[in-house]
Parts: sequence; C-alpha cells; structure tokens
Amino acid sequence: MITRRNFCKKTMLLVGGLAIPLAAFELFDPKKLLADKSDNARERWVFLVDTYKCTGCGFCVKACKIENEVPYDANVTRTWVERYVITKDGRTFADTPKGARDGFTTGKIALGEGMFQEIGNEDIDKAFFVPKLCNQCDNPPCVQVCPVGATYQTADGVVLVDRTWCIGCGYCIMGCPYGVRFFHPVYHVAEKCNFCYHRITKGMKSACVDACPFDARRIGNIKDPDDPVTKIIMTERVGILKEEYGTKPQVFYIGLSKEVK
Amino acid sequence: MVHGEAWTIKEFFVYPNEYIYWTIQIVMYPFMTGLVAGAFVLSSLYHVFGVKQLKDIARFSLVFSFALLPVAMMPLLFHLLQPQRGIYVMLTPHFSSAIAAFGIVFTTYGMIVASELWFVYRKYFVETALELRKVGGRTFGQHFRHLLYSILTLGAWDISEHALERDEKAVRVLAGGGIPVACFLHGYAGFIFGSVKANALWMTPLMPVIFICSAVVSGIALCMITYIVTMEIRKLIVAWKRKQYPELPSPEELKSAEVQVVTMTARYLIMFLILAITLELLDLIFRGYTAVKSWDILRSVIYGKDFVSIFILQYGIGNLVPFILFLLPRLTIRRAVVGTMLVLLGVFMMRWNVVIGGQAFSSSFAGFMEYRLPIWPGSMELYREGLFGALTVAVTPFILFWILTKILPVFDVKDSH
Repeated sequence: MITRRNFCKKTMLLVGGLAIPLAAFELFDPKKLLADKSDNARERWVFLVDTYKCTGCGFCVKACKIENEVPYDANVTRTWVERYVITKDGRTFADTPKGARDGFTTGKIALGEGMFQEIGNEDIDKAFFVPKLCNQCDNPPCVQVCPVGATYQTADGVVLVDRTWCIGCGYCIMGCPYGVRFFHPVYHVAEKCNFCYHRITKGMKSACVDACPFDARRIGNIKDPDDPVTKIIMTERVGILKEEYGTKPQVFYIGLSKEVK
Repeated sequence: MVHGEAWTIKEFFVYPNEYIYWTIQIVMYPFMTGLVAGAFVLSSLYHVFGVKQLKDIARFSLVFSFALLPVAMMPLLFHLLQPQRGIYVMLTPHFSSAIAAFGIVFTTYGMIVASELWFVYRKYFVETALELRKVGGRTFGQHFRHLLYSILTLGAWDISEHALERDEKAVRVLAGGGIPVACFLHGYAGFIFGSVKANALWMTPLMPVIFICSAVVSGIALCMITYIVTMEIRKLIVAWKRKQYPELPSPEELKSAEVQVVTMTARYLIMFLILAITLELLDLIFRGYTAVKSWDILRSVIYGKDFVSIFILQYGIGNLVPFILFLLPRLTIRRAVVGTMLVLLGVFMMRWNVVIGGQAFSSSFAGFMEYRLPIWPGSMELYREGLFGALTVAVTPFILFWILTKILPVFDVKDSH
C-alpha cells in the first residue's frame, strides 16, 4: 500500500527526473546549433514587374504552362496577365481570358459565360496590363493554414508544395488572398507558382522571365545589394498587392494603379 | 476538367484559378458537427444541470450524438482530393492550421461520449449479460449477444448500490467536461472559417460563437424530431400490443409524456435560437456600419444574389416562422414537428450561406461565382461533391443510430440515471 507521503515524493521525483532530459531541448536547440554553423540563407528571391512594359502578349503564361507541366488547355494557370480598361465615365473593366495564355486577341472585355463588353477607343481613359503570379509572401497564409505541413517556405523565401503529402483539402486555396493557388488537374493536389524553383536554384531565370520579350518581368535576390532588381526595389517607387492582408508579398510592381484588384 | 469547373459559373472579373472549391460537403461538415455538439449539450442539460423533465430525451440524445460522431468526419473525407491521406492530419499535424487540431479534438470528444455512454449503460450491460448467462442452450444469436455484452462490461460486474452511485458521479463529470469539449469541437469548426483572412465574409471573431449557438439549436431540433418520430412509432406498437398485454402504458399516457418533453426541449431551443440570431444580426449590422473595402461586394451578395437564401429561407422560414410556432401557447406535437423541421432547414441554410455565400464573390471584389449543385452523379467527383454525396452523409447517422439502438436501447431501460 502506497502512502500519501510516499506518493507525493515519488511524483516529485518523476517530474524532476523528466524535467532534466526535457531541459536538453532548450540547451541544444537544433535550430540554434544550425544557425551557428552556417549563416542564414544567402538568397531571398523577389520578383519585379514593370507594368509599363507589359503588352499582354501572354508569352509568359505559355512558357510557364509548358515549363511547369500545367495542362495547356486546363483553365488554371500559375501565372496570368490581367487587362484593365478604365472608361471616361469612371467605370473599371478587367479581364483575363484563359489567363491571357494566348494574349488579348480582341478589344472586347470578357465578362464570363461567353459574354463580352465592347468599349469604343474614344471612351477609354486609360488601359494597361498587370501580370500576376505567386507573391511568395514573407508571412504566407497558405503555409499557416496547411493542416499537414505539405506546403512550406524554403529558407530563400519560396513557398513550395509537397505533392506526396498534400491531402487536397483546399484550405490553402481559400487562405490565399491573391487567388494564385488551384488544384492540379493531373496530380489532384494544391498547385502554385514557385518562381520556377528548379531553375532559379541552378542559376537560371524563371521561365516567364526568360519568355518576356519586353523585360516586364524580372527576378532577383533582395539580399544581394548589387542585384539590379534589388537596386530598383530599394531606390525606386514600387508597389505591392493587397498590403492590408499583412502577408508581406515579395512581388513588387512598378506603375501599379489604384484600379488593380 | 479542372476541379471546381463543373459546378462554378463565373461572372465579371474573377481570377483565373478561382472556383468554388468548398462545396456541399463543407456545408454538411459544420451542419453534422453542429448536430453532434447540440445533441450532446441537450443530454448534458439533464446529467449536469439536473433538468429532470429532459430525462427521457437525455439518454436518447446521448446515443444519437454517438451515432452522429463518425458522420461528422465523413463529409471531410468525401471532400478531400486525396482521402487516403486524411490520416496525415493526425500523423503530421501542423498546429498553426485550424484544421490540424481536428483529429485531437474529435478523438477527445469521441472518447468522452463513449465513456459517458459506457457509464450510463454499464448496469444494463451487466444485467443483460447475466441474464443471458442463465439461459441454457443458447442460440447463436443469444450466444453472440452474451459475448458482446460480456465484453462491453469490460470486466466491471459490480452493480451494487454503491458502484452505481459512483457511475452516476462519473456520468456527471464526463457530461460536465464534455460540454466545453463539444462547444470547442464546433466552435473550432467556426474558427476554421472565421480565421480565413482572405475571405471577407468569413473573417469575423463572432464566427465560432455563432456556430456554437446554431449548433445547439440544430442539435436540439434534430433530437426533438427523432424523438417524436420514435415515440409515434412506439405509440403504434403499444396500441397494437396492448391487446395482449394490457399492463403496458396507454398511448395517451405516452402522448402526455411526449408533449411534456417536447415543450420543455422547445424552450431551450428558443433560447439558443435567440442567441444565434442576435449574433448573426449583430455581425451583419456591424459589417454594414463599418463598411470597409469589402462591403460593396458583400452587400451585393447579401442583399442581391443571395437574398432569397439568406432573408427568405434562413431568417424567414428557417428562424422567424419556427420562432412564432414555438412561442404560440399550447404547443402540439404536430406544430413541434413543423417547427423543428424548419429550424433544421434554417440552420442548414445558415451553413450554406456561410460556405457557399463566402465563395459567391471573387477575391478581386469585382466578380461573382455561382454554385450549381451537381445532381446526377455522373462521375465519382460529381457524386462526392453533389447531391447524392450529401444525402449519403445525411442518411448515415440514422442507420448508425438504428444499429446502435439494437445494442443500447434508448427506451424502457430501468436505471438510476
């Protein structure tokens, strides 16, 4: 028969005994040890879009679909180009037919379900194109909400998806304010732009950057002060999309307008 | 075809990757968990707070809550594109995600309900097993039942006065502890939506509380309607059997007991209904009053595109009409049936308006998406995310309940609880 005194004593001993090995986690924090040996990642990939240069040709979308094996005719895409038309009476029209894979072949604005809006040239105040892609946020909501950790952020800032671990719940798609995520039609897991991670980590540019004939898209490393992209972001006036969500997006825009959604 | 394309209609400027990704099954998920939580809370009202009038329905709703439990998980498995990987939520939970806690909360709750059931039915298990033991030359069925009940006792054969008292205490503790867990199970389903900052309609800290209140409402309503239906069947059986066994209670006696239980339960239903509506209206008024950036598109969804399903089906037919039906004096069974059915419709529409309504507009705030519920299950995808998938989920708890009552009878059990 165990006495109360004895029970208390043994409990204290057990708790104390457990506390010592647990304290080792603090003494030898693996993350800290790793940080001591190697300095932090040398890269932080960022993207720069010059909307003044974009003509809406759609070469970037085409190149992306082919490079990243997103089925060509599927109505989803890792990157796309939006067209904005602001009329003299103050109305804003926007569209992106098939993500502008084939460019903008008509002056009519697509309204969905095969409907179009015709706008006369004389009624237009301003019009421009805005390429979109994953913002590789510094505070990515998609990573936060993944229930199994299948989507994660690399040390150099890119958000990736593990196709072998994604359960296909769609929470990340819901969590992204920019609508860049979708389900891959072949793999049936979450899919997104990853700045062509397989290319940039080997010293190449992303497929869309290489495909852009007008230099509207550029990719760079913000940790390198000599990178031309870094120089522009640091010294010129650049904007970001949907700042109010606190996601800290890392795709910077030159010539962003208030009408851009 | 891209997932979501089959049932999404886009209008005006919608981002190319946007579709209605969360469909009918995600409507079913909070609806079913709501029923689980509500049924449990109802049974706890008797066990913890000693609301004597609810004694009859308490045991009933506890068993029903248990039958509903596996069904709360079903819509999620139907919805996942990789259902075989669903277990990863338990294997590698990523705790910054609201969904990651699901496995833990769900199993905790399941264990609480299971152990409470065990304590409530322990005496019955022992008595039945002992009775069957006495029977000489058991048939196969009797043998099986003897084995089953012997296992269910878990070796605890003591049914003395003292032991039963302790059982009762355990039930009280479990029911008491179960209330916050049940509320958490469901409040957290609300948190899954309320914490999505990318969705203007979902993001509100009120969401978990609204979900809990409407959960209790729907749970009570479902227990009431199932209780009434089973009582009606019992009345028929009793009326028929009384020809041989006149000592059975008369249908009139059963009916008066039934009316009393239903009236009492309806009172609690009304209380939670008022709370739920108040919070929902507060949310709506607050959105309109603060009118932040998203209000323009929300207004056109709430007062325009979804007007019928929000104000007519949810608030009107689903809330106001049953509210009046229950408040009118001298509640009858027939009126209660209509009222509870409408309440269930109202809560279902609330879930629908949150889940589907939250995706009725694009994140661009410049376009709309319309959901067309797939009716005919032409493919696996259309079955899972369509009407028939939802019906499968809706029917399963009743089948499970029927099977469970074969083992755990909910009526005519003499016990101390």
